[in-house]
Amino acid sequence: MSLATWAFKKSPWVYHVGTAACNNCDIEILDCLTPRFDIERFGMVLVGSPRHADVLLVSGVCNKRGAERLRDVYRQTAKPCAVLCIGACAITGEMFRDSYYFDGPPDRIIKEVDPNAIIAYVPGCPPKPEAIISGAIKALSVL
Amino acid sequence: MKRTVIPIGPYHPLQEEPEFFKLYVEGERVVDIEMFLGYNHRGIEKLSEAKTFDQSTFLVERICGICSTSHPFAYTQAVEDMADLEVPERARYIRTIIGELERIHSHLLWVGLAGHFLGYNTVFMWVWKCREPVLDICEKVTGNRNHYAMFKPGGVRRDIPNEAKPEIIQMLDKVTTFMQMITKAVLDDPVLHARLKGVGALSKEDAIRYCVVGPTVRASGIPRDIRRDYPYAAYDRVDWNVVTAEGGDVFAKAVVRLLEIFESAKIIKECLKKMPDGPIDGDNKTIKAGEGIGQHEAPRGEVFHYVRGDGGNHPVRHKIRAPSYVNIPSFKATVVGETVSDAALILASVDPCYCCTERVTVVDRHSGKEQKLTEADLVRLSHEKTQKIKKELGEKKSPLERLNLPKPGR
Amino acid sequence: MTPERLEEIKKKLGSLVKNTVVKSPRRIYLYVEPEDSFKANKIMFEELKARLCTASGIDTRSSIEILYHWGFDDDHCVLTVKTQAPKPFPEIESIAQFLKGAEWIEREITELLGVTFRNHPKPGHLVLDDDWPEGLYPLRKDFDQIKRGFRE
Repeated sequence: MSLATWAFKKSPWVYHVGTAACNNCDIEILDCLTPRFDIERFGMVLVGSPRHADVLLVSGVCNKRGAERLRDVYRQTAKPCAVLCIGACAITGEMFRDSYYFDGPPDRIIKEVDPNAIIAYVPGCPPKPEAIISGAIKALSVL
Repeated sequence: MKRTVIPIGPYHPLQEEPEFFKLYVEGERVVDIEMFLGYNHRGIEKLSEAKTFDQSTFLVERICGICSTSHPFAYTQAVEDMADLEVPERARYIRTIIGELERIHSHLLWVGLAGHFLGYNTVFMWVWKCREPVLDICEKVTGNRNHYAMFKPGGVRRDIPNEAKPEIIQMLDKVTTFMQMITKAVLDDPVLHARLKGVGALSKEDAIRYCVVGPTVRASGIPRDIRRDYPYAAYDRVDWNVVTAEGGDVFAKAVVRLLEIFESAKIIKECLKKMPDGPIDGDNKTIKAGEGIGQHEAPRGEVFHYVRGDGGNHPVRHKIRAPSYVNIPSFKATVVGETVSDAALILASVDPCYCCTERVTVVDRHSGKEQKLTEADLVRLSHEKTQKIKKELGEKKSPLERLNLPKPGR
Repeated sequence: MTPERLEEIKKKLGSLVKNTVVKSPRRIYLYVEPEDSFKANKIMFEELKARLCTASGIDTRSSIEILYHWGFDDDHCVLTVKTQAPKPFPEIESIAQFLKGAEWIEREITELLGVTFRNHPKPGHLVLDDDWPEGLYPLRKDFDQIKRGFRE
């Protein structure tokens, strides 16, 4: 294992991008920071810029504006970058699939930019913080 | 024109993207604000026309994550108004209990975020930790921490078992004891008085012109509460008070939300005592044609649903109006004249759904420099102002430090 | 709302009200002609001191029906003022000229249903993108949802 990969797995920096979400998944992600779940003990930190991110947390139904934003964000991240699709909306679009403003799901948008992207899925509506942490750890252990 | 990009949104890190709010500044003062929507548009009203009346309850829940149960609450009442459906007594009480549980955890969320914006991150951590028992009870009773799927036209889907009652009361006692400490600390703190009083005041005339609802209007001294004005569910069967405050500034809004937590706990306890036994579902088979209106007092204000049906299984039209839709335009009246360091706080004081508050741009009418600030910069500006006031008043400790609480465990 | 209070309100509106439907003491629907809707809504806000809850637009065969929902909090009643904007070019006078709370809702009805509000202080897109195709109104019944106007 190279030094970079070891550092990546030991302390992944996380960036959250919300694309037209109902924000429940976003609140569960914030809940991960609170004392009960505390992702900081894994070295995970929420950062303010995609250029610093090792893991991208995507939530929400990708509507037209969200899709443009997601492409830009993914291009800005430093590779390798694991993408975690949080919640049923980010995996399939859930019940908003037939909407006139739907332009997702996010994994299709990301594969347009990078066909070899590492994408993991955390199902749930919303997924519990334990599920999000477990999903992040599983995605990293694959590397 | 100097363009400064300032994002608004707790932990919603910014990119260099099309803006949501555009603040026009002259020096440090805000002179105008423009708002742009569309980031969260999912076409829900159109989707609802393709779903049956029963399926729509799952759809409207996902309009907003934090006022998740308010939308089915109003929607089921609209359908019941349209089709003249009767709701059994026990179902009314269960609906009230779920609605008030949601109000408690929504207000706790807001208090935590307000603490984060002011620079008191300990308040954020403590209050969100206090929020967990509420979500645990919601999970025990409904099956999920949020998006409960409890409502259906004519009743509720699941019962609250009598064995759960002592647990709920125990949790409420724990939460109210803790929040009493926080409320006292907030109300007595001179730094918070200096920081929040007079900031972002919404006058009574503006509150009427913009038709605002919820704690935003109650903080301006107007006692407007859907639960009292258009009684529904079990709100007219229990004893509770409408909380108002004077001034319309951020401090008044904080006080209204803090005191409403105690009123909600009171309502839940009374409902648990008075709840009769009986069916929880009206078991209605047909929805007749007509039109109906449903309203509910969500944690942010009035949720309004209008449904029209033609006797079939699907609505012909389903109109949804969330409370933040009328509250957010009132920023024009509250943020103009204030400083940029207060802008984040004023916008957050209306408690907008985060789906709406993502990005802000600041435009200076005079100078010509370009500057970009991130979310961290905005929060830093707010923290700096709090520190400055602390120094001026000679206060060394934060409100929580003065309470001497033990360190939060795991 | 008591019948006496309803009579009081109807007297203030005078001959503008063409039809009244009392569904229940809490839900009353009044119908006015499109040219009278501006005056009727002005009376509702300025003289009767009602609160605008929202406005709905419905696509019917011959016209777009516009409903202004007014909340009378003290009388525990929602009074709806219905009017129609006839197709193919539905148009109505904007009440955002005197009521700030109506600005956004009228913009939304314009872009989703294609109704023109005359003399609106700040017309323009609210929820849809600026490059959304002209003439495509999502909430109209003849809009094909699966086709999705912006993606061919």
